[in-house]
Amino acid sequence: MKTTAVVVPDSTHEAAGFWRQYVFSTDHKTIAKQYLAISAFMALVGGLLSYLIRAQLAWPEKPVAGWGFVGPDAYNAFVTIHGTIMVFFVAMPLLLGAMGNFLIPLMVGAPDMAFPRLNRLSVWTLFVAAIVLLSSFFVPGGASPAGWTGYVPLSDVPAYTGAFWGINLWLVALALEFASFLMGGVNFLTTAINMRAPGMTVWRLPLIVWMQITASVIFLLSVGPLIAGAVMLFLDRTLHTGFFVPAKGGDPLLWEHLFWFFGHPEVYVVALPGFGAMLEIFSVFSRKPIFGYRTIVYSTIVAGFLSFVVWAHHMFVSGMDPRLAAPFSVTTILISVPFAIIVFAMVATLWRGSISLETPMLFALGGLATFIVGGVTGIFLGSEAADIYFHGTYFVVAHFHYTLFPTVIFGGFAAIYYWYPKMFGRMMNDALGKLHFWLTLVSFNAVFIPLFLLGIGGAPRRVYTFEAYNFLRPLQPLNIIATYAAIVLLLAQLPFLVNFAWSFAYGKVAGRNPWRANTLEWSTDSPPPHGNFDVEPVVYRDPYEYSLPDATEDWMPQNQPAAPAVAAAAD
Amino acid sequence: MLSWLPQNVSTFGGSVDSTIRLIYYIVGAWFIATEGLLLYFVLRYRRRQGRRAFYKRAESIRQAAWILVPAAIVLCLDLSIDASGASTWRTVKETLPSDAVKVQVTAQRFAWLFTYPGPDGKFGTADDVTILGELHVPAGKPVELVMRSKDVIHSLFIPDFRFRQDIVPGRTIDAWFEATRPGNYELGCSELCGDAHFDMRGTVIVHDAEGYAMWLRKTWPAAPAGARNLSGAARKG
Repeated sequence: MKTTAVVVPDSTHEAAGFWRQYVFSTDHKTIAKQYLAISAFMALVGGLLSYLIRAQLAWPEKPVAGWGFVGPDAYNAFVTIHGTIMVFFVAMPLLLGAMGNFLIPLMVGAPDMAFPRLNRLSVWTLFVAAIVLLSSFFVPGGASPAGWTGYVPLSDVPAYTGAFWGINLWLVALALEFASFLMGGVNFLTTAINMRAPGMTVWRLPLIVWMQITASVIFLLSVGPLIAGAVMLFLDRTLHTGFFVPAKGGDPLLWEHLFWFFGHPEVYVVALPGFGAMLEIFSVFSRKPIFGYRTIVYSTIVAGFLSFVVWAHHMFVSGMDPRLAAPFSVTTILISVPFAIIVFAMVATLWRGSISLETPMLFALGGLATFIVGGVTGIFLGSEAADIYFHGTYFVVAHFHYTLFPTVIFGGFAAIYYWYPKMFGRMMNDALGKLHFWLTLVSFNAVFIPLFLLGIGGAPRRVYTFEAYNFLRPLQPLNIIATYAAIVLLLAQLPFLVNFAWSFAYGKVAGRNPWRANTLEWSTDSPPPHGNFDVEPVVYRDPYEYSLPDATEDWMPQNQPAAPAVAAAAD
Repeated sequence: MLSWLPQNVSTFGGSVDSTIRLIYYIVGAWFIATEGLLLYFVLRYRRRQGRRAFYKRAESIRQAAWILVPAAIVLCLDLSIDASGASTWRTVKETLPSDAVKVQVTAQRFAWLFTYPGPDGKFGTADDVTILGELHVPAGKPVELVMRSKDVIHSLFIPDFRFRQDIVPGRTIDAWFEATRPGNYELGCSELCGDAHFDMRGTVIVHDAEGYAMWLRKTWPAAPAGARNLSGAARKG
């Protein structure tokens, strides 16, 4: 295959200063760590918000321990910003920003991203976006209370919320976030397409690279309409245009279409890289090739296409023409098929494997096991008839937490435990990791199973207190269970933070390839030097050649030349 | 788990529930099968000294059939769910009963206003009556709601009826239900509409034939007895 020679800016500057090396670096690995730091910090904020939300729901209108009274406006703002943060400032920076940046160049055998300066610009744009979003808490009127979906005209006419600057800043933060990931996506695609090492054909790419590419394409193609929508909303708010205001001839349903045309594909933008991480780990920790590599790639691409024609399933009862419901229900339920294939392929990969349950594998398995719950409960919401009842209830809340938590949080933790040795050169502690896993798994389920039951009981989401409705009062014990579990879930992250910091200084030195894995990132130093590889790697084989019948070792790195005897036979 | 569903007192609620039940059993079976297999593989194929993993890439269609065939079954079951859902949806959302009692619903932050046409059976006349937060309807008669919003998007939600419909400002949206049993049922807003969204509640009061006639007499005391055709309840008698 053809490769392009790439000169990495700065790679010759061995003695770069502190600012150049750690802050305004163009090295994709440093940038990946910066994304990781942003997502970790924002996850703490998002987690704190979830504590405030859960505490208000369990003990309504009582002062929240460690915070104080939470009023209805503050409650709505917490819900809004929790959603915005977790999707745009945790999931994307963690799975695309950190994992994509760190892994794509290393896995395709490139010295860096195609556009290192653009890469630096994208992470700093995200940083500014995060600052803008957080600053919206401190402006008069507070942060946006209009829901993470920002439905108009609630988010449009300032009088309805009293949050003038809050919503403006929310829009600016989203616009900057989109700009950041547009730049990131361009980099991901260019690097993965043009900078593959000799021998790295597309069918030898690790699946996580396929998933990152697909996610980037989905993002690039779906975000445009929402950017247009955001500009229109911003104009409505600041220059009093009327794109979404019925009195001025605007249409609120237009926003819903623009939002969900992006909003639904966005689910796959964050889910696919999470699946990618799980797949890498399943193969390595069961010492088996992926079951049906190409089937998974085709399924991923099909899911990518289908993701553009399912959006209106968020709008069955929105007031759009009801005859649109049936076609969107069919496409929605169809998209479950490629994901079913990927899930079955994951399970089949474990079949007759040699499975060891170290922390990364536990998180990957936990992610798969919990994602199945999210997958099957999606069918209730994809069916237009069942959605009449479940739409807008806690069933939806539980369902999407069961899709995003497994892929983003379980998948993200699996990835961190797995690639930490490559990132920092040391192993994380396995015992602490297992403690973290089991506490997280049990408490996560204890939060969200009660929320399913609340949803089946009819509890509407975004309701400040269940005391408002007679039919909700008997369900209150479920709320209290979920809140206690949420507190445990948040505290369960402490072992991880301790482990992360402790291992950084005192972890066992990892060496190049502690997991005996095949993909290219494991063939270089841990952490890899600036420029990644001493010599450009050459790829001779597929990424998941584990337990080959005739080999002595149960692994076969992608860059290992064919044994002479085999080469002769091939000639 | 489905025992957590509230009671159903509408004519179409049963068919919504039967779609929910169909999905529940189908995905329940898949859930148990997939999780069971996952757990079994993890326990059965734990790493042991001297046992090597089975090298199987499943690149051929024949081998990939192990995952493609189950996926094809998923597809068939999905389509059966869609068929059930589509017929329920048509009844609930794509048809309006012809001889329905009409009520105008006005949603506004943060209240429900229900307007009744009065003895003349026409909206926009002097005998219209608007009641805050109480939707009075007869049992056993279809009720058509003509819904508008004064400000933002609201959504009328009546859990016991399996009824939900968003109300978009600038549009008039028609919906219907038929309650089967007299009683008081809660209704609420299920689309975030502002700081008091949680408090945007109301009650559906479903009367039996006699109670409904009484409510009509009480609401329009001046109307001649024969003129009470607004609801059809009088016609029924």
